Amino acid sequence: MTANPGGTPTIVLVGHGMVGQRFLEALAERGLTATHRVVVLCEEPRPAYDRVQLTSYFSGRTPEDLSMTDPGFIEDHGIELHVGDPAESVDREARRVTARSGLVVGYDVLVLATGSYPFVPPVPNKDAEGCFVYRTIEDLLAIEEYARTKATTGAVVGGGLLGLEAAGALKGLGLTTHIVEFAPRLMPVQVDDGGGAALLRTIEDMGLTVHTGTGTQEIVTGADGAVTGMKLSDGSELATDMVVFSAGVRPRDQLARDCGLTVGERGGIAVDEQCRTVTDPRVFAIGECALAADGRVYGLVAPGYEQAQTAAATIADDEASFTGADLSTKLKLLGVDVASFGDAHGATADCLDVVYSDSRAGLYKKLVIGRDGTLLGGILVGDAEAYGTLRALTGSVPPVAPEALVLPAGAGAPAQLGPSALPDDAVVCSCHNVTKGTIRGAVTDHRCTTVPEVKKCTKAGTGCGSCVKVLGQLVNAELEASGVEVDKGLCGCFAQTREELYEIVLALRVTSYRDLLDRHGREGARGGDGCEVCKPAVGSIIASLAPTIGASNYVLDGEQAALQDTNDHFLANLQKNGSYSVVPRIPGGEIAPEKLIVIGEIARDFGLYTKITGGQRIDMFGARVEQLPLIWARLVDAGFESGHAYGKSLRTVKSCVGQTWCRYGVQDSVRMAIDLELRYRGLRSPHKLKSAVSGCQRECAEARSKDFGVIATAGGWNLYVGGNGGATPRHADLLAQDLSDAELVRLVDRFLMFYIRTADRLERTSAWLERIPGGLDHVRDVVVHDSLGICDELEALMAAHVSHYRDEWAETINDPEKLARFVSFVNAPDTPDPVVAFVPERDQIKPDLPLLNIGLRPADDILEGSARR
Amino acid sequence: MTLALETTDLKVRLRLEDDWFTVCDLSTLIPGRGVAALLPDGRQAAVFTDRAGRLYAIDNRDPFTGAAVLSRGLTGTHRGRPFVASPLLKQRFDLESGQCLDDETVRVTAYEAKAA
Ligand code: SRM
Ligand SMILES: Cc1cc2nc3c(=O)[nH]c(=O)nc-3n(C[C@H](O)[C@H](O)[C@H](O)COP(=O)(O)OP(=O)(O)OC[C@H]3O[C@@H](n4cnc5c(N)ncnc54)[C@H](O)[C@@H]3O)c2cc1C
Ligand code: SF4
Ligand code: FES
Repeated sequence: MTANPGGTPTIVLVGHGMVGQRFLEALAERGLTATHRVVVLCEEPRPAYDRVQLTSYFSGRTPEDLSMTDPGFIEDHGIELHVGDPAESVDREARRVTARSGLVVGYDVLVLATGSYPFVPPVPNKDAEGCFVYRTIEDLLAIEEYARTKATTGAVVGGGLLGLEAAGALKGLGLTTHIVEFAPRLMPVQVDDGGGAALLRTIEDMGLTVHTGTGTQEIVTGADGAVTGMKLSDGSELATDMVVFSAGVRPRDQLARDCGLTVGERGGIAVDEQCRTVTDPRVFAIGECALAADGRVYGLVAPGYEQAQTAAATIADDEASFTGADLSTKLKLLGVDVASFGDAHGATADCLDVVYSDSRAGLYKKLVIGRDGTLLGGILVGDAEAYGTLRALTGSVPPVAPEALVLPAGAGAPAQLGPSALPDDAVVCSCHNVTKGTIRGAVTDHRCTTVPEVKKCTKAGTGCGSCVKVLGQLVNAELEASGVEVDKGLCGCFAQTREELYEIVLALRVTSYRDLLDRHGREGARGGDGCEVCKPAVGSIIASLAPTIGASNYVLDGEQAALQDTNDHFLANLQKNGSYSVVPRIPGGEIAPEKLIVIGEIARDFGLYTKITGGQRIDMFGARVEQLPLIWARLVDAGFESGHAYGKSLRTVKSCVGQTWCRYGVQDSVRMAIDLELRYRGLRSPHKLKSAVSGCQRECAEARSKDFGVIATAGGWNLYVGGNGGATPRHADLLAQDLSDAELVRLVDRFLMFYIRTADRLERTSAWLERIPGGLDHVRDVVVHDSLGICDELEALMAAHVSHYRDEWAETINDPEKLARFVSFVNAPDTPDPVVAFVPERDQIKPDLPLLNIGLRPADDILEGSARR
Repeated sequence: MTLALETTDLKVRLRLEDDWFTVCDLSTLIPGRGVAALLPDGRQAAVFTDRAGRLYAIDNRDPFTGAAVLSRGLTGTHRGRPFVASPLLKQRFDLESGQCLDDETVRVTAYEAKAA
């Protein structure tokens, strides 16, 4: 019997959150969207998005990036999605749902996926202006708005998973941040006392203030009713401009209660193993609103996904059940890795612990082992590298002694226990329940040859993302085993990576590309002429190390000239018609009127097009090769030098006006920007380097979009690294804070040299930071804590660069032999290239584009008689 | 066209129809780096030498963009054959035949070159 007799049966889904969306996908996978009418009531003003990644908004992800709903998916499957229209009542007798808009939908099957709501403890003034919760994109936008306009300090109530997420968000907004936690440690549910101590130490080191064992008694408000502070259980009062409650969640089961469905004592819609409500076989409940058959309400997304699959299978009359799930989690909270898996608290009878703890370094690792040696679970804080492998090994006896699994590299022999040690039935991706065997099958049977293909094929790695590392290792191992060579070499000429070539050049003091090719190139490439990929890459390595290895640090000297891309070879940027642009360095964007006038005069005299660039300086376009030295001569004469707009090297260090003029400024950002630009100018690197310095947290110089960005604090400078504008923007991460001038420069020296040493060709710092094992934490260990003992060497390399810097333009105009190269024609040095011509536009010039428009010449249209054959 | 005979320095010469056209002193060329030459009919040639001292010349105009820039590209060896990559959009051209390696329908003029 259907709700509309004779018509197609109808499935109504209430709640379009993460689990609701997964349920819709499961319906589509089973073909149920074709045989059923599917209606979705979605309370939020936008379709499902990735709530787990909410905090990544503060590192640059937009609400659109967070979306999990491809409009094509909803349309293709004919799903009727009502956004911003929550269900208000259910009539189970008549099998009808009524939505707020008045819409009434009859159902054959009703699925409740209403999620949870944040629990706010009943303290006085909890609803005052300045009090927030953190669950939706709307919450996040409201918090951001308030923090930007009305707050400099914020407090989070609750030190659990969500509380730390919220604290990370407040800190990311530049607020002085407090965490108030009732329990005696942070993350009481996931970690034990030892783990909590390691976490506390690291979080305090980041400048957050943590109050554990402390309750919140009252929110204090000012005369205007807005938050001014909070009273704590220890009698003290904490001054704060805003409060975010993150004291846990409660299932949203009101709709279910109102229509007479059974709910648990502590909430949650009671369901059986098929996710059917125990009261009504036509109604299902999945996700955080459901009280599962094992008596638990799951607050993580992976079990919710399993429930979504189970409900869809049951509706399709397939066998499926949800009997309980693993509570393993790996999180990156405030940049600290925290993972717990299996029986993390050692609840199993007779189990034993193996613990490694170094609270100085913020490290804590515990494994819970059964009497027979079976790995039962564990907790990792500070370094969760091994999480993917350990989680998958849970339930079996690991192939090496447990202590070897927790000792850090360097302390005793660390076990390199890779994913190859896993059995085929080990679950590698717990979000989508994908085993190692399935992943191997994707490579061997489905012929996937890359990680993205395997992700698409198996869904592994598309949930929380914590298994992606192990996934990558498995895919590569499988490809290698099946004979597909995974060639990590730089190009057809070198089997080494850029990083390996750097080490060879440095260790063996190789100053010649040919030597490197003939001695270290691939067999077939030795003695040849290399290629356009490795030549500039090796040229850049030699230039970065020039003073240290004894090579010339002038890129046009000798053989080096033949390695440079055209831009570096002409020390200018090639434009589409064969002319060049000229960008003089304007350190920090500061320029005196006299110098501005010189630029104007030169541009006028040579008829160049001028434009203010996005990098706070001036670009002059349309110079022919033979004009370049004449232009440089006048620029050099007026005190300018090359801005390296052409090089994979330092571009600009942007500044804001800072303390000297700005009423908010707390440091002299212009002076620091100039100092940094002059220090690192001319430094050749794997890709271009950009920087900026802002005079206060308002960040007018956009420092967090730079490779290394500096933001002034009352106590000195905060250094951020790995930012990027461009096509894939990324906010830079905080590396260290409140640095003095000297400390800042020392850290930047080390950071840049470590990047130059280990990055791939054309890999910006942002991509590098995301790629290298251990990420930001590893970089911090190396450059701040000197964990590899190489900091002295990194500093010495930079010192050599700084002391050997010379301006390439000045050098070139003083060298007649080099100057001879700056002609359009070797046999007619005074004749300009006729293809470089210009037409007027908006009072300036632009390239004569029709002149270029020669069309592609077919292969057989070759001048008679002049061809070789 | 008359050719001035130099006894001291070797000259780079290109074959045009039946004449050998002098471009420059051989010593001007850097292995792996090109120069552009203006030909009597207004066309341009990009002239290269490799590390073995062999000479190559092809049309200087990049057929993909129209700009006369092939002489400013990076050279290399691909499957044992010499090539230059356009500095603008990076398509590679075989230096002996002028054939584009990234688009088989495109080819530029190749000239015979010698040092004499
Ligand atoms: C001139 C300028 C545009 C303008 O008129 O404002 C410009 C022009 C070019 N940019 Fe840019 N970028 C310019 C500022 C920027 C900025 C803004 C900034 O620096 O604050 C960005 C975003 C910030 C960033 O890099 O993270 C920017 C992101 C890019 C990218 C993308 C990089 C990325 O990591 O995604 C490229 C492509 C690349 O480098 O691979 C690029 C590449 C280029 C190239 C080199 C493309 C090319 O090969 O022809 C352009 C040649 C410049 C020339 O001929 O002089 N340009 N470019 C700006 C020169 C700034 C300067 O004074 O040196
Ligand atoms: C900041 C943050 C970080 C997190 N990090 C992690 C993590 O790292 N790992 C992890 O596993 N989990 C994490 N979680 C938890 C995870 O987000 C949830 O487990 C997951 O979103 C649950 O999905 P759901 O569909 O059950 O609920 P939700 O995603 O909350 O979706 C429920 C939806 O139903 C809507 N709704 C409610 N009532 C009605 C109604 N009457 N009519 C229509 N619509 C209605 C709600 O508006 C909501 O959009 C995090 C949560 C937050 C907030
Ligand atoms: S970043 Fe701060 S100091 Fe600099 S201009 Fe903006 S408000 Fe002023
Ligand atoms: S474990 Fe979450 S995506 Fe694989």
